[in-house]
Amino acid sequence: MAKHETPLLDQLESGPWPSFVSDLKQQAEVRAKNEAGVEFQIPQDAVEDLLGVLELSYKHGRTHWKHGGIVGVFGYGGGVIGRYCDQPKLFPGVEHFHTMRVAQPCGKYYTTEYLRTLTKIWDMRGSGITNMHGATGDIILLGTTTPQIEEIFYELTHNMNQDLGGSGSNLRTPADCLGSSRCEYACYDSNALCHFLTNNYQDELHRPAFPYKFKFKFDACPNCCVASIARSDMSFIGTWRDAIKIDQDAVNKYVENDAAYPPNAGAHKGKDWGPFDIEKEVLGLCPTKCMKFENKTLKIDDANCTRCMHCINTMPRALKIGDDRGCSILVGAKAPIVDGAQMGSLLVPFVEVNSDNDYEAITAVIENVWDWWMEEGKNRERLGELIMRQGFQKLLEVTGIDAQPQHVAYPRTNPYIFWKEEEVAGGWTRDVVEYRKHHLR
Amino acid sequence: MSELLSNKEAATQAVVDFMTKKSKTKSKFYFNDFQDIFPDDKLRDIKKVVNLLVTDGVLEYWSSGSTTMYGLKGGGKQHSSEGEA
Repeated sequence: MAKHETPLLDQLESGPWPSFVSDLKQQAEVRAKNEAGVEFQIPQDAVEDLLGVLELSYKHGRTHWKHGGIVGVFGYGGGVIGRYCDQPKLFPGVEHFHTMRVAQPCGKYYTTEYLRTLTKIWDMRGSGITNMHGATGDIILLGTTTPQIEEIFYELTHNMNQDLGGSGSNLRTPADCLGSSRCEYACYDSNALCHFLTNNYQDELHRPAFPYKFKFKFDACPNCCVASIARSDMSFIGTWRDAIKIDQDAVNKYVENDAAYPPNAGAHKGKDWGPFDIEKEVLGLCPTKCMKFENKTLKIDDANCTRCMHCINTMPRALKIGDDRGCSILVGAKAPIVDGAQMGSLLVPFVEVNSDNDYEAITAVIENVWDWWMEEGKNRERLGELIMRQGFQKLLEVTGIDAQPQHVAYPRTNPYIFWKEEEVAGGWTRDVVEYRKHHLR
Repeated sequence: MSELLSNKEAATQAVVDFMTKKSKTKSKFYFNDFQDIFPDDKLRDIKKVVNLLVTDGVLEYWSSGSTTMYGLKGGGKQHSSEGEA
Protein backbone atom coordinates (compact mmCIF):
# COMPACT_ATOMS: atom_id res chain seq x y z
CA MET A 1 0.00 0.00 0.00
CA ALA A 2 1.24 3.47 -0.86
CA LYS A 3 2.74 5.51 1.98
CA HIS A 4 0.75 8.61 1.03
CA GLU A 5 -2.71 8.96 -0.48
CA THR A 6 -2.38 10.77 -3.82
CA PRO A 7 -5.85 11.34 -5.31
CA LEU A 8 -4.82 14.44 -7.28
CA LEU A 9 -1.79 12.71 -8.79
CA ASP A 10 -3.84 9.60 -9.55
CA GLN A 11 -6.02 11.74 -11.79
CA LEU A 12 -3.00 12.51 -13.96
CA GLU A 13 -2.78 8.82 -14.82
CA SER A 14 -6.28 8.76 -16.28
CA GLY A 15 -5.43 10.62 -19.50
CA PRO A 16 -4.32 9.01 -22.77
CA TRP A 17 -0.65 9.84 -22.34
CA PRO A 18 2.11 8.03 -20.46
CA SER A 19 2.27 9.52 -16.99
CA PHE A 20 5.30 10.35 -14.88
CA VAL A 21 3.11 9.51 -11.87
CA SER A 22 2.89 5.90 -13.03
CA ASP A 23 6.66 5.84 -13.49
CA LEU A 24 7.23 7.20 -9.98
CA LYS A 25 4.80 4.70 -8.46
CA GLN A 26 6.59 1.89 -10.27
CA GLN A 27 9.95 3.09 -8.97
CA ALA A 28 8.56 3.43 -5.42
CA GLU A 29 7.40 -0.17 -5.60
CA VAL A 30 10.73 -1.42 -6.94
CA ARG A 31 12.54 0.27 -4.06
CA ALA A 32 10.04 -1.05 -1.50
CA LYS A 33 10.46 -4.66 -2.70
CA ASN A 34 14.20 -4.31 -3.36
CA GLU A 35 14.42 -7.64 -5.11
CA ALA A 36 17.91 -6.76 -6.36
CA GLY A 37 19.16 -6.40 -2.77
CA VAL A 38 20.49 -2.86 -3.26
CA GLU A 39 22.18 -1.32 -0.22
CA PHE A 40 20.30 1.97 -0.38
CA GLN A 41 22.36 4.93 0.75
CA ILE A 42 19.44 7.35 0.81
CA PRO A 43 15.99 6.67 2.32
CA GLN A 44 14.33 3.67 0.68
CA ASP A 45 10.98 5.48 0.64
CA ALA A 46 12.36 8.64 -1.06
CA VAL A 47 10.18 8.18 -4.11
CA GLU A 48 7.05 7.64 -2.02
CA ASP A 49 7.80 10.86 -0.16
CA LEU A 50 8.39 12.57 -3.49
CA LEU A 51 4.86 11.59 -4.55
CA GLY A 52 3.61 12.77 -1.17
CA VAL A 53 5.18 16.21 -1.35
CA LEU A 54 3.97 16.67 -4.92
CA GLU A 55 0.43 15.78 -3.86
CA LEU A 56 0.69 18.31 -1.03
CA SER A 57 1.93 20.99 -3.45
CA TYR A 58 -1.06 20.33 -5.71
CA LYS A 59 -3.37 20.54 -2.71
CA HIS A 60 -1.84 23.80 -1.44
CA GLY A 61 -1.22 25.32 -4.85
CA ARG A 62 2.33 26.21 -3.88
CA THR A 63 5.70 24.51 -3.97
CA HIS A 64 7.31 22.83 -1.01
CA TRP A 65 10.82 22.93 -2.45
CA LYS A 66 13.33 25.51 -1.26
CA HIS A 67 15.30 27.46 -3.80
CA GLY A 68 18.91 26.44 -4.49
CA GLY A 69 21.75 25.58 -2.18
CA ILE A 70 25.48 25.41 -1.61
CA VAL A 71 26.03 21.73 -2.38
CA GLY A 72 28.60 20.69 -4.95
CA VAL A 73 31.70 18.60 -5.44
CA PHE A 74 35.13 19.89 -4.52
CA GLY A 75 36.57 22.17 -7.19
CA TYR A 76 33.37 22.39 -9.22
CA GLY A 77 30.84 25.22 -9.20
CA GLY A 78 28.24 23.37 -11.24
CA GLY A 79 26.78 19.96 -11.96
CA VAL A 80 24.93 19.68 -8.66
CA ILE A 81 21.74 21.59 -7.88
CA GLY A 82 20.71 21.75 -4.24
CA ARG A 83 17.09 20.91 -3.60
CA TYR A 84 15.54 20.77 -0.13
CA CYS A 85 12.00 20.08 0.97
CA ASP A 86 10.40 22.55 3.38
CA GLN A 87 8.28 19.79 4.97
CA PRO A 88 11.03 17.43 6.16
CA LYS A 89 9.00 16.03 9.05
CA LEU A 90 6.17 14.96 6.78
CA PHE A 91 8.48 13.75 4.02
CA PRO A 92 11.87 12.84 5.53
CA GLY A 93 12.84 10.82 2.45
CA VAL A 94 13.13 14.00 0.39
CA GLU A 95 14.53 16.38 3.00
CA HIS A 96 17.60 16.53 0.75
CA PHE A 97 16.76 15.78 -2.85
CA HIS A 98 19.59 17.18 -4.92
CA THR A 99 19.84 17.01 -8.70
CA MET A 100 23.02 15.94 -10.44
CA ARG A 101 23.78 16.68 -14.07
CA VAL A 102 25.97 14.24 -15.94
CA ALA A 103 27.57 15.17 -19.26
CA GLN A 104 26.04 12.98 -21.92
CA PRO A 105 28.31 11.24 -24.42
CA CYS A 106 28.59 13.01 -27.78
CA GLY A 107 25.70 12.10 -30.04
CA LYS A 108 24.17 10.30 -27.04
CA TYR A 109 25.92 7.07 -27.94
CA TYR A 110 25.63 4.66 -25.05
CA THR A 111 26.59 1.10 -24.46
CA THR A 112 24.22 -1.00 -22.39
CA GLU A 113 27.10 -1.54 -19.98
CA TYR A 114 27.44 2.22 -19.52
CA LEU A 115 23.74 2.62 -18.79
CA ARG A 116 23.69 -0.34 -16.40
CA THR A 117 26.68 0.98 -14.47
CA LEU A 118 25.17 4.45 -14.27
CA THR A 119 21.78 3.25 -13.06
CA LYS A 120 23.41 0.86 -10.59
CA ILE A 121 25.28 3.77 -8.99
CA TRP A 122 22.13 5.84 -8.98
CA ASP A 123 19.87 3.11 -7.56
CA MET A 124 22.28 2.71 -4.66
CA ARG A 125 23.26 6.31 -3.99
CA GLY A 126 20.22 8.18 -5.28
CA SER A 127 16.51 7.80 -5.86
CA GLY A 128 16.91 5.87 -9.09
CA ILE A 129 14.87 8.56 -10.88
CA THR A 130 16.47 9.85 -14.07
CA ASN A 131 15.55 12.32 -16.76
CA MET A 132 17.05 11.20 -20.07
CA HIS A 133 17.58 13.92 -21.25
CA GLY A 134 16.96 17.25 -19.60
CA ALA A 135 16.27 20.42 -21.54
CA THR A 136 19.97 21.24 -21.35
CA GLY A 137 20.55 17.89 -23.04
CA ASP A 138 22.44 16.08 -20.34
CA ILE A 139 21.63 13.11 -18.13
CA ILE A 140 19.70 14.32 -15.12
CA LEU A 141 19.83 12.29 -11.93
CA LEU A 142 17.02 13.44 -9.62
CA GLY A 143 17.26 13.11 -5.87
CA THR A 144 20.16 12.35 -3.59
CA THR A 145 21.48 13.52 -0.23
CA THR A 146 24.46 15.78 0.47
CA PRO A 147 26.81 13.00 1.76
CA GLN A 148 26.30 10.99 -1.43
CA ILE A 149 27.37 13.69 -3.86
CA GLU A 150 31.13 13.23 -3.57
CA GLU A 151 30.66 9.44 -3.57
CA ILE A 152 28.71 9.56 -6.81
CA PHE A 153 31.22 11.96 -8.37
CA TYR A 154 34.08 9.63 -7.41
CA GLU A 155 32.37 6.62 -8.94
CA LEU A 156 31.43 8.49 -12.11
CA THR A 157 34.92 9.82 -12.68
CA HIS A 158 36.98 6.86 -11.51
CA ASN A 159 34.84 3.92 -12.62
CA MET A 160 33.11 5.36 -15.67
CA ASN A 161 35.50 8.07 -16.87
CA GLN A 162 32.42 10.27 -16.82
CA ASP A 163 32.27 13.95 -15.92
CA LEU A 164 29.49 16.04 -14.44
CA GLY A 165 27.68 18.50 -16.66
CA GLY A 166 27.12 22.23 -16.29
CA SER A 167 24.62 24.18 -14.21
CA GLY A 168 24.37 27.68 -12.79
CA SER A 169 26.29 30.56 -14.36
CA ASN A 170 28.46 28.19 -16.33
CA LEU A 171 28.92 26.93 -19.81
CA ARG A 172 26.26 24.22 -19.89
CA THR A 173 26.85 20.71 -21.11
CA PRO A 174 27.38 21.05 -24.87
CA ALA A 175 24.93 18.96 -26.91
CA ASP A 176 25.22 17.67 -30.47
CA CYS A 177 23.47 15.59 -33.11
CA LEU A 178 24.79 12.27 -34.43
CA GLY A 179 26.58 14.15 -37.18
CA SER A 180 28.81 12.39 -39.63
CA SER A 181 28.94 9.28 -37.46
CA ARG A 182 25.66 8.20 -39.02
CA CYS A 183 24.12 10.94 -41.12
CA GLU A 184 24.77 11.59 -44.80
CA TYR A 185 23.60 15.20 -44.43
CA ALA A 186 26.34 16.12 -41.96
CA CYS A 187 28.36 19.11 -43.16
CA TYR A 188 30.88 18.80 -40.34
CA ASP A 189 31.79 16.37 -37.59
CA SER A 190 29.56 17.70 -34.82
CA ASN A 191 30.74 15.02 -32.38
CA ALA A 192 34.38 16.02 -32.82
CA LEU A 193 33.68 19.73 -32.43
CA CYS A 194 31.43 19.18 -29.39
CA HIS A 195 34.06 16.96 -27.77
CA PHE A 196 36.87 19.41 -28.48
CA LEU A 197 35.04 22.44 -27.13
CA THR A 198 33.88 20.49 -24.07
CA ASN A 199 37.50 19.69 -23.24
CA ASN A 200 38.84 23.08 -24.28
CA TYR A 201 36.42 24.98 -22.06
CA GLN A 202 36.51 22.82 -18.93
CA ASP A 203 37.12 25.86 -16.76
CA GLU A 204 34.04 27.61 -18.14
CA LEU A 205 32.01 24.41 -17.69
CA HIS A 206 32.92 23.80 -14.07
CA ARG A 207 33.82 27.16 -12.55
CA PRO A 208 31.08 29.77 -12.86
CA ALA A 209 31.97 33.32 -13.86
CA PHE A 210 29.40 34.20 -16.51
CA PRO A 211 26.53 36.62 -15.91
CA TYR A 212 24.13 33.72 -16.46
CA LYS A 213 23.86 30.39 -18.24
CA PHE A 214 25.50 29.88 -21.65
CA LYS A 215 24.73 27.02 -24.02
CA PHE A 216 26.49 25.57 -27.05
CA LYS A 217 24.62 23.20 -29.32
CA PHE A 218 25.75 21.60 -32.54
CA ASP A 219 23.69 20.60 -35.56
CA ALA A 220 25.70 19.14 -38.40
CA CYS A 221 23.17 20.23 -41.03
CA PRO A 222 20.33 22.75 -41.37
CA ASN A 223 17.73 20.12 -40.51
CA CYS A 224 18.66 21.13 -36.97
CA CYS A 225 17.70 17.88 -35.23
CA VAL A 226 19.06 19.27 -31.95
CA ALA A 227 17.10 22.52 -32.51
CA SER A 228 20.25 24.42 -31.67
CA ILE A 229 18.85 27.52 -33.37
CA ALA A 230 16.21 27.78 -30.66
CA ARG A 231 17.89 26.19 -27.66
CA SER A 232 21.39 27.61 -27.41
CA ASP A 233 23.13 30.92 -26.89
CA MET A 234 25.59 29.85 -29.57
CA SER A 235 24.43 27.49 -32.25
CA PHE A 236 26.69 25.76 -34.78
CA ILE A 237 24.73 24.66 -37.82
CA GLY A 238 26.38 22.81 -40.67
CA THR A 239 26.15 24.32 -44.13
CA TRP A 240 27.89 24.39 -47.51
CA ARG A 241 28.70 27.20 -49.92
CA ASP A 242 28.97 25.47 -53.29
CA ALA A 243 26.19 23.84 -55.30
CA ILE A 244 23.80 21.09 -54.28
CA LYS A 245 24.88 17.96 -56.13
CA ILE A 246 22.19 16.70 -58.50
CA ASP A 247 21.82 13.21 -59.94
CA GLN A 248 19.41 13.93 -62.81
CA ASP A 249 18.69 10.24 -63.43
CA ALA A 250 17.62 9.83 -59.83
CA VAL A 251 15.46 12.98 -60.02
CA ASN A 252 13.58 11.39 -62.91
CA LYS A 253 13.19 8.15 -61.00
CA TYR A 254 11.39 10.13 -58.28
CA VAL A 255 9.26 11.87 -60.91
CA GLU A 256 8.40 8.52 -62.48
CA ASN A 257 7.37 7.22 -59.04
CA ASP A 258 9.93 4.41 -59.15
CA ALA A 259 9.29 2.24 -56.08
CA ALA A 260 12.99 2.24 -55.24
CA TYR A 261 12.90 6.04 -54.94
CA PRO A 262 10.23 6.81 -52.35
CA PRO A 263 9.91 10.52 -51.55
CA ASN A 264 11.15 11.57 -48.11
CA ALA A 265 13.13 8.32 -48.04
CA GLY A 266 9.85 6.50 -47.41
CA ALA A 267 9.23 8.33 -44.14
CA HIS A 268 5.54 8.87 -44.94
CA LYS A 269 4.82 5.57 -46.67
CA GLY A 270 2.19 4.44 -44.14
CA LYS A 271 -0.52 6.34 -46.00
CA ASP A 272 -1.42 6.80 -49.65
CA TRP A 273 -0.50 10.38 -50.48
CA GLY A 274 -1.00 9.88 -54.22
CA PRO A 275 1.74 9.93 -56.83
CA PHE A 276 4.81 12.05 -56.17
CA ASP A 277 4.46 15.54 -57.66
CA ILE A 278 7.79 17.35 -57.94
CA GLU A 279 6.12 20.68 -58.72
CA LYS A 280 3.89 20.58 -55.68
CA GLU A 281 6.11 18.79 -53.20
CA VAL A 282 9.53 20.21 -54.03
CA LEU A 283 9.58 23.24 -56.35
CA GLY A 284 6.44 24.80 -54.88
CA LEU A 285 7.73 24.46 -51.33
CA CYS A 286 11.19 25.90 -52.00
CA PRO A 287 11.24 29.06 -49.83
CA THR A 288 13.22 31.11 -52.36
CA LYS A 289 11.73 29.50 -55.47
CA CYS A 290 15.22 28.92 -56.80
CA MET A 291 14.46 25.60 -58.51
CA LYS A 292 12.89 24.59 -61.79
CA PHE A 293 12.28 21.29 -63.56
CA GLU A 294 12.21 21.47 -67.36
CA ASN A 295 12.79 18.84 -70.03
CA LYS A 296 13.49 16.22 -67.38
CA THR A 297 16.25 18.37 -65.92
CA LEU A 298 16.27 19.89 -62.45
CA LYS A 299 18.06 23.22 -62.17
CA ILE A 300 18.91 25.05 -58.95
CA ASP A 301 19.94 28.67 -58.73
CA ASP A 302 22.37 27.99 -55.88
CA ALA A 303 23.12 31.67 -55.25
CA ASN A 304 19.53 32.02 -54.06
CA CYS A 305 19.38 28.76 -52.13
CA THR A 306 19.06 29.24 -48.37
CA ARG A 307 19.95 25.59 -47.69
CA CYS A 308 16.61 24.83 -46.04
CA MET A 309 17.18 21.13 -46.81
CA HIS A 310 13.60 20.53 -47.99
CA CYS A 311 14.49 19.36 -51.50
CA ILE A 312 17.31 17.16 -50.20
CA ASN A 313 15.05 15.64 -47.54
CA THR A 314 12.38 14.93 -50.13
CA MET A 315 14.65 13.42 -52.79
CA PRO A 316 17.67 12.19 -50.83
CA ARG A 317 18.85 9.80 -53.55
CA ALA A 318 18.89 12.57 -56.14
CA LEU A 319 20.20 15.57 -54.23
CA LYS A 320 23.23 15.76 -51.97
CA ILE A 321 24.76 18.52 -49.89
CA GLY A 322 27.65 20.41 -51.50
CA ASP A 323 31.33 19.62 -50.99
CA ASP A 324 32.62 22.95 -49.67
CA ARG A 325 31.36 22.42 -46.15
CA GLY A 326 31.56 24.23 -42.84
CA CYS A 327 29.15 25.72 -40.36
CA SER A 328 27.19 28.87 -39.63
CA ILE A 329 27.28 30.36 -36.14
CA LEU A 330 24.09 31.82 -34.71
CA VAL A 331 23.83 33.57 -31.38
CA GLY A 332 21.31 34.68 -28.81
CA ALA A 333 18.53 32.09 -28.70
CA LYS A 334 16.79 31.82 -25.37
CA ALA A 335 13.59 30.98 -23.53
CA PRO A 336 11.09 33.74 -22.71
CA ILE A 337 12.02 35.03 -19.23
CA VAL A 338 12.96 38.54 -20.42
CA ASP A 339 12.05 40.07 -23.81
CA GLY A 340 10.24 36.92 -24.95
CA ALA A 341 11.66 33.85 -26.63
CA GLN A 342 14.29 34.45 -29.29
CA MET A 343 15.69 32.33 -32.07
CA GLY A 344 19.39 32.61 -32.84
CA SER A 345 20.60 35.45 -35.08
CA LEU A 346 23.11 34.65 -37.79
CA LEU A 347 26.53 36.01 -36.80
CA VAL A 348 28.94 34.02 -38.97
CA PRO A 349 27.40 32.86 -42.27
CA PHE A 350 30.21 30.40 -43.00
CA VAL A 351 33.26 29.29 -41.09
CA GLU A 352 35.54 26.35 -41.74
CA VAL A 353 35.41 23.53 -39.19
CA ASN A 354 39.04 22.55 -39.11
CA SER A 355 40.28 20.19 -36.43
CA ASP A 356 43.88 20.48 -37.72
CA ASN A 357 44.20 23.97 -36.24
CA ASP A 358 42.07 23.24 -33.17
CA TYR A 359 39.09 25.00 -34.70
CA GLU A 360 40.80 28.36 -34.19
CA ALA A 361 38.35 30.25 -36.41
CA ILE A 362 35.51 29.08 -34.16
CA THR A 363 37.19 29.56 -30.78
CA ALA A 364 38.13 33.12 -31.78
CA VAL A 365 34.45 33.98 -32.27
CA ILE A 366 33.45 32.26 -29.02
CA GLU A 367 36.05 34.07 -26.92
CA ASN A 368 35.29 37.50 -28.39
CA VAL A 369 31.62 36.98 -27.62
CA TRP A 370 32.38 35.83 -24.07
CA ASP A 371 34.70 38.76 -23.37
CA TRP A 372 31.97 41.20 -24.42
CA TRP A 373 29.18 39.44 -22.54
CA MET A 374 31.26 39.06 -19.35
CA GLU A 375 32.18 42.75 -19.40
CA GLU A 376 28.85 44.21 -20.48
CA GLY A 377 26.22 41.65 -19.53
CA LYS A 378 24.09 42.47 -16.50
CA ASN A 379 23.55 39.86 -13.84
CA ARG A 380 21.17 37.19 -15.15
CA GLU A 381 21.23 38.67 -18.63
CA ARG A 382 21.43 36.15 -21.48
CA LEU A 383 23.54 36.88 -24.53
CA GLY A 384 20.40 37.35 -26.63
CA GLU A 385 19.17 40.04 -24.23
CA LEU A 386 22.51 41.86 -24.35
CA ILE A 387 22.34 41.83 -28.15
CA MET A 388 18.84 43.32 -27.94
CA ARG A 389 20.02 45.97 -25.46
CA GLN A 390 23.27 47.07 -27.13
CA GLY A 391 22.46 46.13 -30.71
CA PHE A 392 23.65 43.59 -33.25
CA GLN A 393 26.02 46.20 -34.65
CA LYS A 394 27.87 46.25 -31.33
CA LEU A 395 28.21 42.48 -31.52
CA LEU A 396 29.72 42.80 -34.98
CA GLU A 397 32.21 45.35 -33.62
CA VAL A 398 33.37 43.22 -30.72
CA THR A 399 33.74 40.14 -32.87
CA GLY A 400 35.49 42.05 -35.66
CA ILE A 401 33.00 40.75 -38.22
CA ASP A 402 31.99 42.99 -41.12
CA ALA A 403 28.29 43.48 -41.75
CA GLN A 404 27.09 41.24 -44.58
CA PRO A 405 23.82 40.82 -46.44
CA GLN A 406 23.24 37.55 -44.59
CA HIS A 407 22.98 39.51 -41.33
CA VAL A 408 19.92 41.39 -42.58
CA ALA A 409 16.64 39.80 -41.58
CA TYR A 410 14.49 42.45 -43.24
CA PRO A 411 14.98 45.95 -44.74
CA ARG A 412 15.51 48.61 -42.08
CA THR A 413 12.51 50.61 -40.94
CA ASN A 414 14.49 53.54 -39.48
CA PRO A 415 15.64 55.97 -42.21
CA TYR A 416 18.34 57.58 -40.04
CA ILE A 417 21.90 56.34 -40.09
CA PHE A 418 24.16 57.24 -37.20
CA TRP A 419 27.72 57.19 -38.41
CA LYS A 420 30.74 56.98 -36.21
CA GLU A 421 33.64 59.31 -36.89
CA GLU A 422 35.93 56.47 -37.93
CA GLU A 423 33.37 55.30 -40.46
CA VAL A 424 33.36 58.64 -42.33
CA ALA A 425 36.18 59.60 -44.70
CA GLY A 426 38.03 62.54 -43.12
CA GLY A 427 36.19 62.20 -39.83
CA TRP A 428 34.13 65.10 -38.43
CA THR A 429 36.63 67.81 -39.47
CA ARG A 430 36.42 69.37 -42.93
CA ASP A 431 38.29 71.90 -45.01
CA VAL A 432 35.99 74.94 -44.90
CA VAL A 433 37.82 76.65 -47.77
CA GLU A 434 37.32 73.62 -49.95
CA TYR A 435 33.70 73.40 -48.83
CA ARG A 436 33.00 77.05 -49.68
CA LYS A 437 34.19 76.49 -53.22
CA HIS A 438 31.01 74.55 -53.78
CA HIS A 439 28.62 76.01 -51.19
CA LEU A 440 27.96 79.72 -50.57
CA ARG A 441 27.44 81.16 -47.12
CA MET B 1 46.88 41.79 -13.57
CA SER B 2 46.81 44.50 -10.90
CA GLU B 3 49.13 44.46 -7.91
CA LEU B 4 46.19 43.80 -5.59
CA LEU B 5 44.92 40.82 -7.57
CA SER B 6 48.35 39.27 -8.01
CA ASN B 7 49.01 39.37 -4.27
CA LYS B 8 46.92 36.47 -3.02
CA GLU B 9 46.91 37.47 0.64
CA ALA B 10 45.94 41.05 -0.11
CA ALA B 11 43.34 39.92 -2.65
CA THR B 12 41.81 37.49 -0.16
CA GLN B 13 41.64 40.17 2.50
CA ALA B 14 40.07 42.63 0.07
CA VAL B 15 37.39 40.11 -0.87
CA VAL B 16 36.67 39.22 2.76
CA ASP B 17 36.52 42.88 3.77
CA PHE B 18 34.21 43.72 0.87
CA MET B 19 31.81 40.91 1.68
CA THR B 20 31.91 41.47 5.42
CA LYS B 21 31.18 45.16 4.96
CA LYS B 22 28.09 44.33 2.94
CA SER B 23 27.04 41.35 5.05
CA LYS B 24 24.27 43.26 6.82
CA THR B 25 22.40 43.67 3.54
CA LYS B 26 23.44 40.64 1.56
CA SER B 27 25.35 37.43 1.91
CA LYS B 28 25.47 36.27 -1.71
CA PHE B 29 27.24 38.10 -4.50
CA TYR B 30 27.19 37.89 -8.25
CA PHE B 31 30.52 37.36 -9.97
CA ASN B 32 30.32 40.86 -11.47
CA ASP B 33 30.45 42.31 -7.94
CA PHE B 34 34.13 41.35 -7.74
CA GLN B 35 34.84 43.95 -10.37
CA ASP B 36 34.16 46.59 -7.70
CA ILE B 37 37.08 45.18 -5.71
CA PHE B 38 39.40 44.77 -8.68
CA PRO B 39 38.31 47.50 -11.11
CA ASP B 40 41.53 47.42 -13.13
CA ASP B 41 41.48 43.69 -13.83
CA LYS B 42 39.96 41.55 -16.50
CA LEU B 43 37.12 39.33 -15.38
CA ARG B 44 38.94 36.22 -16.57
CA ASP B 45 41.86 37.04 -14.25
CA ILE B 46 39.52 37.80 -11.38
CA LYS B 47 37.82 34.47 -11.98
CA LYS B 48 41.05 32.53 -11.45
CA VAL B 49 41.67 34.15 -8.08
CA VAL B 50 38.06 33.95 -6.91
CA ASN B 51 37.83 30.27 -7.75
CA LEU B 52 41.03 29.64 -5.81
CA LEU B 53 39.35 31.27 -2.82
CA VAL B 54 36.51 28.76 -3.18
CA THR B 55 39.00 25.88 -3.32
CA ASP B 56 40.76 27.28 -0.25
CA GLY B 57 37.48 27.39 1.65
CA VAL B 58 37.32 31.18 2.02
CA LEU B 59 34.30 31.45 -0.27
CA GLU B 60 31.55 29.05 -1.26
CA TYR B 61 29.25 28.80 -4.24
CA TRP B 62 25.52 29.12 -3.95
CA SER B 63 23.51 27.95 -6.93
CA SER B 64 19.82 28.18 -7.67
CA GLY B 65 20.39 25.77 -10.53
CA SER B 66 20.26 28.53 -13.12
CA THR B 67 22.44 31.18 -11.47
CA THR B 68 25.54 30.89 -9.33
CA MET B 69 26.52 33.32 -6.61
CA TYR B 70 29.42 33.59 -4.19
CA GLY B 71 29.39 34.03 -0.44
CA LEU B 72 31.73 33.81 2.51
CA LYS B 73 31.92 30.20 3.63
CA GLY B 74 29.37 29.60 6.35
CA GLY B 75 27.65 32.93 5.85
CA GLY B 76 24.04 33.57 4.92
CA LYS B 77 20.71 31.92 5.52
CA GLN B 78 21.03 29.02 3.14
CA HIS B 79 23.79 27.43 5.13
CA SER B 80 21.77 27.11 8.30
CA SER B 81 18.91 25.57 6.37
CA GLU B 82 21.05 22.69 5.24
CA GLY B 83 20.86 20.72 8.45
CA GLU B 84 23.48 22.52 10.54
CA ALA B 85 21.18 24.35 12.94
